[in-house]
Amino acid sequence: MKTTPLPAIVSAAGEAPLFKPGDTVIISSRFPVGHYRVPRYIRGKKCVIEAVIEPRALNNEEEGFGRNAGQRRHYYRVAIPLTDLWPGYAGAAADGLRIEVYETWLEVAK
Amino acid sequence: MTHTNDHTPITVPDGAPGYYEVMETAMRELLAEKGLIQPAEIRRQIEVLDSRGPQLGAKVVARAWSDPGFRERLLANGRAACEELGISFYDDTGLIVLENTEQVHNLIVCTLCSCYPRPVLGLPPDWYKQKPYRARAVKEPRSVLGEFGTIISPDVEVRVSDSTSQLRYLVLPLRPVGTEDWSDDELASLVTRDAMIGVCTIEAQERKVQ
Repeated sequence: MKTTPLPAIVSAAGEAPLFKPGDTVIISSRFPVGHYRVPRYIRGKKCVIEAVIEPRALNNEEEGFGRNAGQRRHYYRVAIPLTDLWPGYAGAAADGLRIEVYETWLEVAK
Repeated sequence: MTHTNDHTPITVPDGAPGYYEVMETAMRELLAEKGLIQPAEIRRQIEVLDSRGPQLGAKVVARAWSDPGFRERLLANGRAACEELGISFYDDTGLIVLENTEQVHNLIVCTLCSCYPRPVLGLPPDWYKQKPYRARAVKEPRSVLGEFGTIISPDVEVRVSDSTSQLRYLVLPLRPVGTEDWSDDELASLVTRDAMIGVCTIEAQERKVQ
Protein backbone atom coordinates (compact mmCIF):
# COMPACT_ATOMS: atom_id res chain seq x y z
CA MET A 1 0.00 0.00 0.00
CA LYS A 2 1.28 3.44 -0.94
CA THR A 3 1.04 5.93 1.90
CA THR A 4 2.09 9.56 2.26
CA PRO A 5 5.29 9.92 4.34
CA LEU A 6 5.19 11.94 7.57
CA PRO A 7 6.20 15.61 7.11
CA ALA A 8 9.57 15.09 8.85
CA ILE A 9 10.55 12.16 6.59
CA VAL A 10 13.14 12.98 3.95
CA SER A 11 12.96 10.76 0.85
CA ALA A 12 16.10 9.41 -0.80
CA ALA A 13 16.83 10.45 -4.39
CA GLY A 14 14.57 8.53 -6.73
CA GLU A 15 12.42 7.18 -3.90
CA ALA A 16 9.37 9.29 -4.67
CA PRO A 17 8.27 9.64 -8.29
CA LEU A 18 9.36 12.93 -9.89
CA PHE A 19 6.24 13.14 -12.03
CA LYS A 20 2.54 12.57 -11.46
CA PRO A 21 -0.37 11.62 -13.71
CA GLY A 22 -1.36 14.50 -15.97
CA ASP A 23 2.15 16.02 -16.16
CA THR A 24 3.41 16.86 -19.63
CA VAL A 25 7.02 15.75 -20.08
CA ILE A 26 9.54 15.31 -22.88
CA ILE A 27 11.22 12.01 -23.66
CA SER A 28 14.95 12.69 -23.91
CA SER A 29 16.47 13.01 -27.32
CA ARG A 30 19.69 11.14 -26.52
CA PHE A 31 21.36 8.52 -28.62
CA PRO A 32 23.89 6.62 -26.47
CA VAL A 33 25.60 3.69 -28.16
CA GLY A 34 24.24 0.36 -26.99
CA HIS A 35 20.94 -1.31 -26.26
CA TYR A 36 18.38 0.95 -24.61
CA ARG A 37 14.75 0.30 -23.91
CA VAL A 38 13.46 3.58 -25.32
CA PRO A 39 12.57 3.11 -28.98
CA ARG A 40 13.93 5.86 -31.20
CA TYR A 41 10.56 6.80 -32.62
CA ILE A 42 9.50 8.31 -29.28
CA ARG A 43 12.74 10.14 -28.42
CA GLY A 44 12.31 13.90 -28.26
CA LYS A 45 8.50 13.59 -28.23
CA LYS A 46 6.18 15.28 -25.80
CA CYS A 47 3.96 12.97 -23.76
CA VAL A 48 1.53 13.01 -20.87
CA ILE A 49 2.02 10.84 -17.79
CA GLU A 50 -0.92 8.49 -17.50
CA ALA A 51 0.24 6.42 -14.52
CA VAL A 52 3.20 5.92 -12.22
CA ILE A 53 4.20 2.25 -12.20
CA GLU A 54 4.73 0.95 -8.69
CA PRO A 55 6.90 -0.34 -7.20
CA ARG A 56 10.16 1.25 -8.29
CA ALA A 57 12.26 -0.90 -10.56
CA LEU A 58 15.97 -1.57 -11.04
CA ASN A 59 17.65 0.54 -13.68
CA ASN A 60 17.99 -2.36 -16.05
CA GLU A 61 19.78 -0.32 -18.71
CA GLU A 62 22.68 0.20 -16.30
CA GLU A 63 22.30 -3.40 -15.18
CA GLY A 64 22.59 -4.53 -18.79
CA PHE A 65 26.05 -2.94 -18.97
CA GLY A 66 27.10 -4.42 -15.63
CA ARG A 67 27.30 -1.12 -13.79
CA ASN A 68 24.28 -1.15 -11.58
CA ALA A 69 24.68 -0.11 -7.96
CA GLY A 70 21.10 -1.04 -7.16
CA GLN A 71 19.63 2.19 -8.46
CA ARG A 72 15.83 2.08 -8.47
CA ARG A 73 13.45 4.54 -10.02
CA HIS A 74 9.96 4.59 -11.38
CA TYR A 75 8.59 3.66 -14.74
CA TYR A 76 5.79 5.81 -16.09
CA ARG A 77 3.05 4.81 -18.47
CA VAL A 78 2.87 7.72 -20.89
CA ALA A 79 0.47 8.68 -23.66
CA ILE A 80 1.34 10.16 -27.06
CA PRO A 81 -1.24 10.85 -29.80
CA LEU A 82 -0.33 8.97 -33.00
CA THR A 83 -0.86 12.21 -34.93
CA ASP A 84 2.09 13.67 -32.91
CA LEU A 85 4.32 10.72 -33.77
CA TRP A 86 3.62 10.39 -37.48
CA PRO A 87 3.12 13.38 -39.76
CA GLY A 88 0.11 12.70 -41.97
CA TYR A 89 -1.20 9.90 -39.74
CA ALA A 90 -4.22 8.54 -41.58
CA GLY A 91 -6.24 7.04 -38.70
CA ALA A 92 -8.56 8.75 -36.23
CA ALA A 93 -7.32 11.82 -34.33
CA ALA A 94 -8.03 10.07 -31.02
CA ASP A 95 -5.69 7.13 -31.78
CA GLY A 96 -2.83 6.94 -29.33
CA LEU A 97 0.28 5.18 -28.11
CA ARG A 98 0.91 4.03 -24.56
CA ILE A 99 4.43 3.10 -23.52
CA GLU A 100 6.44 2.69 -20.33
CA VAL A 101 9.45 4.97 -19.97
CA TYR A 102 12.02 4.94 -17.15
CA GLU A 103 12.39 8.13 -15.13
CA THR A 104 15.95 8.79 -16.33
CA TRP A 105 14.56 9.33 -19.85
CA LEU A 106 11.99 11.97 -18.92
CA GLU A 107 12.57 15.72 -18.79
CA VAL A 108 10.40 18.54 -17.53
CA ALA A 109 8.62 20.16 -20.50
CA LYS A 110 9.74 23.76 -20.88
CA MET B 1 -8.69 -9.85 -49.32
CA THR B 2 -7.04 -7.82 -52.06
CA HIS B 3 -3.29 -7.50 -51.82
CA THR B 4 -2.54 -3.83 -52.18
CA ASN B 5 0.80 -3.41 -50.41
CA ASP B 6 3.88 -2.78 -52.46
CA HIS B 7 6.85 -4.54 -50.99
CA THR B 8 10.01 -6.28 -52.06
CA PRO B 9 9.52 -9.98 -52.84
CA ILE B 10 9.47 -12.18 -49.77
CA THR B 11 12.49 -14.47 -49.79
CA VAL B 12 12.79 -17.68 -47.85
CA PRO B 13 16.25 -18.15 -46.31
CA ASP B 14 18.12 -21.25 -47.40
CA GLY B 15 19.13 -24.00 -45.00
CA ALA B 16 22.26 -22.30 -43.61
CA PRO B 17 21.81 -20.82 -40.11
CA GLY B 18 21.87 -17.02 -39.92
CA TYR B 19 24.38 -14.86 -38.05
CA TYR B 20 22.33 -14.56 -34.86
CA GLU B 21 21.37 -18.21 -34.87
CA VAL B 22 25.06 -19.16 -35.03
CA MET B 23 25.83 -16.68 -32.25
CA GLU B 24 23.03 -18.11 -30.06
CA THR B 25 24.26 -21.66 -30.56
CA ALA B 26 27.87 -20.70 -29.86
CA MET B 27 26.87 -18.79 -26.71
CA ARG B 28 24.69 -21.65 -25.46
CA GLU B 29 27.40 -24.24 -26.07
CA LEU B 30 30.08 -22.10 -24.42
CA LEU B 31 27.93 -21.49 -21.33
CA ALA B 32 27.25 -25.20 -21.04
CA GLU B 33 30.89 -26.15 -21.69
CA LYS B 34 32.08 -23.80 -18.94
CA GLY B 35 29.48 -25.24 -16.58
CA LEU B 36 27.65 -21.93 -16.11
CA ILE B 37 24.36 -23.47 -17.17
CA GLN B 38 23.34 -27.07 -17.57
CA PRO B 39 21.58 -28.36 -20.69
CA ALA B 40 18.89 -29.68 -18.32
CA GLU B 41 18.17 -26.11 -17.20
CA ILE B 42 17.51 -25.07 -20.79
CA ARG B 43 15.24 -28.05 -21.28
CA ARG B 44 13.44 -27.19 -18.05
CA GLN B 45 12.82 -23.62 -19.21
CA ILE B 46 11.41 -24.92 -22.50
CA GLU B 47 9.04 -27.07 -20.44
CA VAL B 48 8.03 -24.01 -18.42
CA LEU B 49 7.18 -22.15 -21.63
CA ASP B 50 5.45 -25.15 -23.19
CA SER B 51 3.13 -25.32 -20.19
CA ARG B 52 1.84 -21.83 -21.04
CA GLY B 53 -0.55 -21.06 -23.86
CA PRO B 54 -3.60 -19.04 -24.92
CA GLN B 55 -5.90 -21.44 -23.04
CA LEU B 56 -4.65 -19.81 -19.81
CA GLY B 57 -5.34 -16.29 -21.05
CA ALA B 58 -8.78 -17.45 -22.23
CA LYS B 59 -9.56 -18.67 -18.73
CA VAL B 60 -8.57 -15.27 -17.31
CA VAL B 61 -10.75 -13.43 -19.83
CA ALA B 62 -13.76 -15.69 -19.26
CA ARG B 63 -13.48 -15.21 -15.51
CA ALA B 64 -13.24 -11.43 -15.92
CA TRP B 65 -16.41 -11.46 -18.03
CA SER B 66 -18.38 -13.51 -15.52
CA ASP B 67 -17.04 -12.17 -12.23
CA PRO B 68 -17.06 -8.35 -11.80
CA GLY B 69 -14.94 -8.53 -8.63
CA PHE B 70 -12.25 -10.52 -10.45
CA ARG B 71 -12.42 -8.14 -13.41
CA GLU B 72 -11.75 -5.22 -11.08
CA ARG B 73 -8.77 -6.97 -9.45
CA LEU B 74 -7.45 -7.98 -12.88
CA LEU B 75 -7.53 -4.41 -14.16
CA ALA B 76 -5.91 -3.14 -10.94
CA ASN B 77 -3.10 -5.72 -10.93
CA GLY B 78 -3.01 -8.18 -13.79
CA ARG B 79 -0.28 -10.33 -12.38
CA ALA B 80 -1.83 -10.76 -8.92
CA ALA B 81 -5.22 -11.66 -10.44
CA CYS B 82 -3.65 -14.28 -12.75
CA GLU B 83 -1.74 -15.72 -9.80
CA GLU B 84 -5.07 -15.96 -7.99
CA LEU B 85 -6.17 -18.40 -10.74
CA GLY B 86 -3.00 -20.44 -10.29
CA ILE B 87 -1.13 -18.95 -13.24
CA SER B 88 2.34 -18.32 -11.84
CA PHE B 89 4.82 -15.78 -13.18
CA TYR B 90 8.26 -17.26 -13.53
CA ASP B 91 9.96 -13.90 -14.13
CA ASP B 92 9.91 -10.32 -12.85
CA THR B 93 7.42 -9.00 -15.37
CA GLY B 94 4.27 -7.17 -14.37
CA LEU B 95 1.02 -7.43 -16.31
CA ILE B 96 -1.26 -4.60 -17.37
CA VAL B 97 -4.64 -5.78 -18.60
CA LEU B 98 -6.13 -3.46 -21.20
CA GLU B 99 -9.90 -3.48 -21.33
CA ASN B 100 -11.59 -2.99 -24.68
CA THR B 101 -14.73 -0.86 -24.48
CA GLU B 102 -17.22 0.64 -26.94
CA GLN B 103 -14.85 3.64 -27.09
CA VAL B 104 -11.39 2.05 -27.08
CA HIS B 105 -9.81 -0.85 -28.97
CA ASN B 106 -6.43 -1.97 -27.62
CA LEU B 107 -3.57 -3.50 -29.57
CA ILE B 108 -0.25 -4.74 -28.18
CA VAL B 109 3.19 -4.83 -29.76
CA CYS B 110 6.85 -4.87 -28.80
CA THR B 111 8.65 -2.66 -31.30
CA LEU B 112 12.09 -3.40 -29.80
CA CYS B 113 11.94 -7.19 -29.72
CA SER B 114 9.28 -9.72 -28.76
CA CYS B 115 8.03 -8.87 -25.24
CA TYR B 116 4.79 -10.80 -24.83
CA PRO B 117 2.70 -11.98 -21.87
CA ARG B 118 4.31 -15.41 -22.02
CA PRO B 119 3.23 -16.57 -18.53
CA VAL B 120 -0.43 -16.35 -19.68
CA LEU B 121 -0.21 -16.79 -23.47
CA GLY B 122 2.92 -18.89 -24.03
CA LEU B 123 5.17 -18.22 -27.01
CA PRO B 124 4.19 -15.40 -29.39
CA PRO B 125 3.21 -16.11 -33.00
CA ASP B 126 6.02 -15.58 -35.53
CA TRP B 127 4.38 -12.52 -37.10
CA TYR B 128 4.36 -10.82 -33.69
CA LYS B 129 8.17 -11.09 -33.56
CA GLN B 130 8.81 -10.02 -37.13
CA LYS B 131 9.65 -6.49 -38.20
CA PRO B 132 6.65 -5.71 -40.41
CA TYR B 133 4.17 -6.12 -37.53
CA ARG B 134 6.48 -4.44 -35.00
CA ALA B 135 7.09 -1.40 -37.16
CA ARG B 136 3.61 -1.01 -38.56
CA ALA B 137 1.52 -1.64 -35.43
CA VAL B 138 2.57 1.72 -33.98
CA LYS B 139 2.57 3.61 -37.26
CA GLU B 140 -0.51 2.41 -39.12
CA PRO B 141 -2.43 0.23 -36.65
CA ARG B 142 -5.70 0.48 -38.58
CA SER B 143 -4.12 -0.89 -41.75
CA VAL B 144 -2.58 -3.74 -39.77
CA LEU B 145 -5.92 -4.47 -38.12
CA GLY B 146 -7.58 -4.39 -41.54
CA GLU B 147 -5.19 -7.07 -42.77
CA PHE B 148 -6.41 -9.25 -39.89
CA GLY B 149 -9.96 -8.56 -41.07
CA THR B 150 -10.64 -6.17 -38.21
CA ILE B 151 -12.27 -2.88 -39.11
CA ILE B 152 -12.47 -0.47 -36.18
CA SER B 153 -14.94 2.39 -36.50
CA PRO B 154 -13.30 5.83 -36.79
CA ASP B 155 -15.36 6.80 -33.72
CA VAL B 156 -13.43 4.25 -31.67
CA GLU B 157 -9.93 5.10 -30.43
CA VAL B 158 -7.23 2.63 -31.40
CA ARG B 159 -4.78 2.51 -28.49
CA VAL B 160 -1.47 0.79 -29.13
CA SER B 161 0.62 -0.32 -26.15
CA ASP B 162 4.31 -0.86 -26.88
CA SER B 163 6.10 -3.15 -24.35
CA THR B 164 9.58 -1.91 -23.62
CA SER B 165 10.96 -3.54 -20.54
CA GLN B 166 9.35 -5.27 -17.64
CA LEU B 167 5.65 -4.78 -18.20
CA ARG B 168 3.56 -7.02 -20.37
CA TYR B 169 0.07 -6.44 -21.69
CA LEU B 170 -3.00 -8.58 -22.22
CA VAL B 171 -6.10 -7.31 -24.00
CA LEU B 172 -9.44 -8.01 -22.32
CA PRO B 173 -11.75 -8.24 -25.35
CA LEU B 174 -15.37 -7.12 -25.35
CA ARG B 175 -17.72 -9.91 -24.34
CA PRO B 176 -19.86 -10.95 -27.30
CA VAL B 177 -23.58 -10.25 -26.97
CA GLY B 178 -25.85 -13.20 -26.38
CA THR B 179 -23.46 -14.99 -24.03
CA GLU B 180 -25.02 -13.76 -20.79
CA ASP B 181 -25.86 -17.23 -19.43
CA TRP B 182 -22.78 -19.04 -20.72
CA SER B 183 -20.53 -20.93 -18.33
CA ASP B 184 -16.88 -19.92 -17.84
CA ASP B 185 -15.74 -22.90 -19.90
CA GLU B 186 -18.09 -22.01 -22.73
CA LEU B 187 -16.94 -18.39 -22.63
CA ALA B 188 -13.28 -19.42 -22.60
CA SER B 189 -13.85 -21.47 -25.77
CA LEU B 190 -14.63 -18.22 -27.62
CA VAL B 191 -11.44 -16.40 -26.59
CA THR B 192 -8.60 -16.54 -29.10
CA ARG B 193 -4.93 -15.64 -28.85
CA ASP B 194 -5.32 -12.95 -31.51
CA ALA B 195 -8.17 -11.31 -29.59
CA MET B 196 -5.92 -11.10 -26.51
CA ILE B 197 -3.20 -9.45 -28.65
CA GLY B 198 -5.89 -7.13 -29.99
CA VAL B 199 -5.62 -7.88 -33.72
CA CYS B 200 -9.22 -9.07 -33.75
CA THR B 201 -12.42 -8.92 -31.79
CA ILE B 202 -14.62 -11.78 -30.65
CA GLU B 203 -17.85 -12.25 -32.55
CA ALA B 204 -20.97 -13.84 -31.14
CA GLN B 205 -21.24 -17.47 -32.14
CA GLU B 206 -23.67 -20.34 -31.95
CA ARG B 207 -23.59 -21.87 -28.53
CA LYS B 208 -22.05 -25.30 -28.62
CA VAL B 209 -24.42 -28.03 -27.44
CA GLN B 210 -23.00 -29.47 -24.24
